[in-house]
Amino acid sequence: MQKMPQWADVVLIPLISLILAALLSALVILAIGENPWAALKLMVDGSMGSTYAWGYTLYYATNFIFTGLAVAIAIHARLFNIGGEGQAMLGGLGVALIALYIPWPHWTLALLGGAVGAALFGAAWALIPAWLQARRGSHIVITTIMFNFIAAALLNYLLIGALKPSGSMEPATGRFPESTHLPTFQDMFSTAETALFRGAPVNVSFFVALLACVAVWALIWRTRLGYEIRAFGQSESAAKYAGISPTRIIVVTMLMSGGLAGMMAINNVMGEAERLVLNAVEGAGFIGIAVALMGRSHPFGVLLAALLFGFLYQGGAELALWTSIPRELIVVIQALVILFTGALDHMVRAPLEAIFLRLRPAPKPARKTEPAE
Amino acid sequence: MTDQTPAIELKGISKAFGPVQANKDISIRVMPGTIHGIIGENGAGKSTLMSILYGFYKADAGEILINGRPTQIPDSQAAIRAGIGMVFQHFKLVQNFSVLENVVLGAEDGRLLRPSLAKARRELKELAAEYELNIDPDAKIEDIGVGMQQRVEILKALYRQADILILDEPTGVLTPAEADHLFRILKGLRDQGKTIILITHKLREIMEITDTVSVMRRGEMTATVQTAETSPSELAELMVGRKVLLQVEKTPPTPGETILEVENLRVVDSKGVERLRGIGLEIRAGEILGLAGVAGNGQSELLEVLGGYRKAEGTIRLNGEQIDLSGRKSDARTRRARGIAHVPEDRHHEGLILEFSAWENVAFGYHDKPEFNKGVFMDNAAIKADAAAKMERFDVRPPNPNLAAKNFSGGNQQKIVVAREIERNPDLLLIGQPTRGVDIGAIEFIHEQIVALRDMGKAVLLVSVELDEIMSLSDRIAVMFDGQVMGERVPSETDERELGLLMAGITDTDKPHSEAEIEANLAKTRASAAKEV
Repeated sequence: MQKMPQWADVVLIPLISLILAALLSALVILAIGENPWAALKLMVDGSMGSTYAWGYTLYYATNFIFTGLAVAIAIHARLFNIGGEGQAMLGGLGVALIALYIPWPHWTLALLGGAVGAALFGAAWALIPAWLQARRGSHIVITTIMFNFIAAALLNYLLIGALKPSGSMEPATGRFPESTHLPTFQDMFSTAETALFRGAPVNVSFFVALLACVAVWALIWRTRLGYEIRAFGQSESAAKYAGISPTRIIVVTMLMSGGLAGMMAINNVMGEAERLVLNAVEGAGFIGIAVALMGRSHPFGVLLAALLFGFLYQGGAELALWTSIPRELIVVIQALVILFTGALDHMVRAPLEAIFLRLRPAPKPARKTEPAE
Repeated sequence: MTDQTPAIELKGISKAFGPVQANKDISIRVMPGTIHGIIGENGAGKSTLMSILYGFYKADAGEILINGRPTQIPDSQAAIRAGIGMVFQHFKLVQNFSVLENVVLGAEDGRLLRPSLAKARRELKELAAEYELNIDPDAKIEDIGVGMQQRVEILKALYRQADILILDEPTGVLTPAEADHLFRILKGLRDQGKTIILITHKLREIMEITDTVSVMRRGEMTATVQTAETSPSELAELMVGRKVLLQVEKTPPTPGETILEVENLRVVDSKGVERLRGIGLEIRAGEILGLAGVAGNGQSELLEVLGGYRKAEGTIRLNGEQIDLSGRKSDARTRRARGIAHVPEDRHHEGLILEFSAWENVAFGYHDKPEFNKGVFMDNAAIKADAAAKMERFDVRPPNPNLAAKNFSGGNQQKIVVAREIERNPDLLLIGQPTRGVDIGAIEFIHEQIVALRDMGKAVLLVSVELDEIMSLSDRIAVMFDGQVMGERVPSETDERELGLLMAGITDTDKPHSEAEIEANLAKTRASAAKEV
């Protein structure tokens, strides 16, 4: 029995959670002697007040869309991939190798090649945990998080060794060649008179992220594979009964999940840094978990949640820059949002469901009156 | 009798779960020293009513009188204090505790266990002598059969001084012999002045043992009658609200060529226990083979092997062609392609994805068929149209393909599964527990469909723990016990007693057998069975 209308589930619950998180954050800001209203204004201004601000917000959001989709697609198969961080790191490695060692004639081809390389490397990094889960029953949460550490160590090793240009003192690759540089929004939207998005890192991969949302949506709800993934996620025993191979679904889903996480690299590595630096992912893999949970594992929910977290990231950075609110408090605020929208979901849901049940008109007689015994 | 104070009187009990009215203004008087049956279809509200009486739910309105005194029952402790004992359908026993420990659990007299156990041991002895409830107090629950476990539940209630005993579907897991024994115990208890409420959906039990019977339908109490003054067909009509055929109408079978041959089939489960120990079966076209047996004796494993999602050793031939039992081609998809349709025993965990809509479920297992696909995309419009047509032909209510499967009643959920499998026109239909948790109206319909499929010259393997269903539908009956087929019989030449013996693993059915012997035999395999039920 549906307890409340779907719009309440999709819109109202995240919204209330968000407001609760904001109120609590306001209290914390008050407690350290700053004005929460001013802080909020600063955050909004700094993240949405200009095309420059938007440029950063959308740049972060692009990262979170990829990692959020990665987590979301795995959740449909009831797999909890928390290895987005490591998969995105490996994606970065894939992009770097492709950009550095293949001569690309034009950025469009480079973007395509980079996306493929990033996805392949990310997918490969998810393959081993997937195989261990499918064949050996090793829990995917444990293995993927361990693979995050291995990925970090691997990149560390490569960036102070094989990939570092000789003579450089920095743990990073050399700069990618000119032909692989992706057009930023500034390049695309500025006119001769007005410069828009000046200096902001947002680039063409934002549109790739949007495409990925549509593609994931179509995959999950319109293809046979998506049907099988959802069926497997709902009931493994039923999937077996229907002739769906659990091994195949686990492996294929995790490959796609890892691939999506890896594709984040076309934004942060290819689009922004234009070289591979240490710790390029900056926690976006973990934010992806919150984004997927808040977005209810729906690609369009993920898009909205990614925008929200982009706002929090950019707004938070502004806050740290202009006020005495320390950087750590921004993390607290972000954590509160994650806590309320993800973990404390039920705290909001239960009372809301009760309210909706009370508001509901008396049941129509004789339609469906058999209760579950 | 009417001027006596009722042991239990319920006045105007109502209970709603959200928009669903589970109990509507129910009034009932249960006289002391009687066995009072409550009958109704699944979802009629029987269990809800008893849960209110036992303090699991709080009624929205109404009054409970125990021995004429208005009584509040906020929790099960209060129910026990009021002298009410309940034997649940799914036993609530600690598997690795002894009988004695289970009886004492929750009713210890003090912090030290020893005095309580000693006292309980004395009382159990008395109870055993009085009511034919003999049982070894030191046996571990996991080592005794289901029938015994049920007796432990009854003893638990009696040990807590229950005068009123509620039994919820007590015979679901019992063999006929065990059910008879249970009924003798219940009659003994009644004769000692205890009041018994028996909840069931089986008309036969009502007729056999109750003094008074109340019928529930859709949350309402539709009638209370003296059992002696009613008949099964009248009760069925009261339950469903219209006339029902209790007997399946079918013509004699005309078996054709052999469709399915099973030889020496063996299955070892993940714990290394041999679940099938050399099964041999044969089903011909135009024939229903009924597989009887107490749940957990290998029937489920056999269905899974045939359905393609459990590996096995041995030989299975379909239409004379051997089937791969353990290799790469051994999956459910390949079996369907070969013409085996399967209505699984557990529709909630296998047959349906409850969160999926009805139309998505109607394609389930057949979702890779070309008519449901356009390239890499699924042709959702085609699936919806197909689902709507099938749901109409099988009278699924409500006929809305967009509704999630979980929102249909049990009977309608089963109709969705049956429609999906039968409409594929398979050579062999595997059908497990076709009417478990299904209302009488739908049972009638599903039985007709099975017989119709047989009359079209298809082979049917019917697995059911309901002996009535096996007896009335099958053309031949095979009885399984402990992973083996104990024997085959023709329905017209056998009876429940004989099948009951076979179900207990006793093959020399001509000789008389003591109940103790049957029980001992059953206990050997029953512990594992009980966990699965």
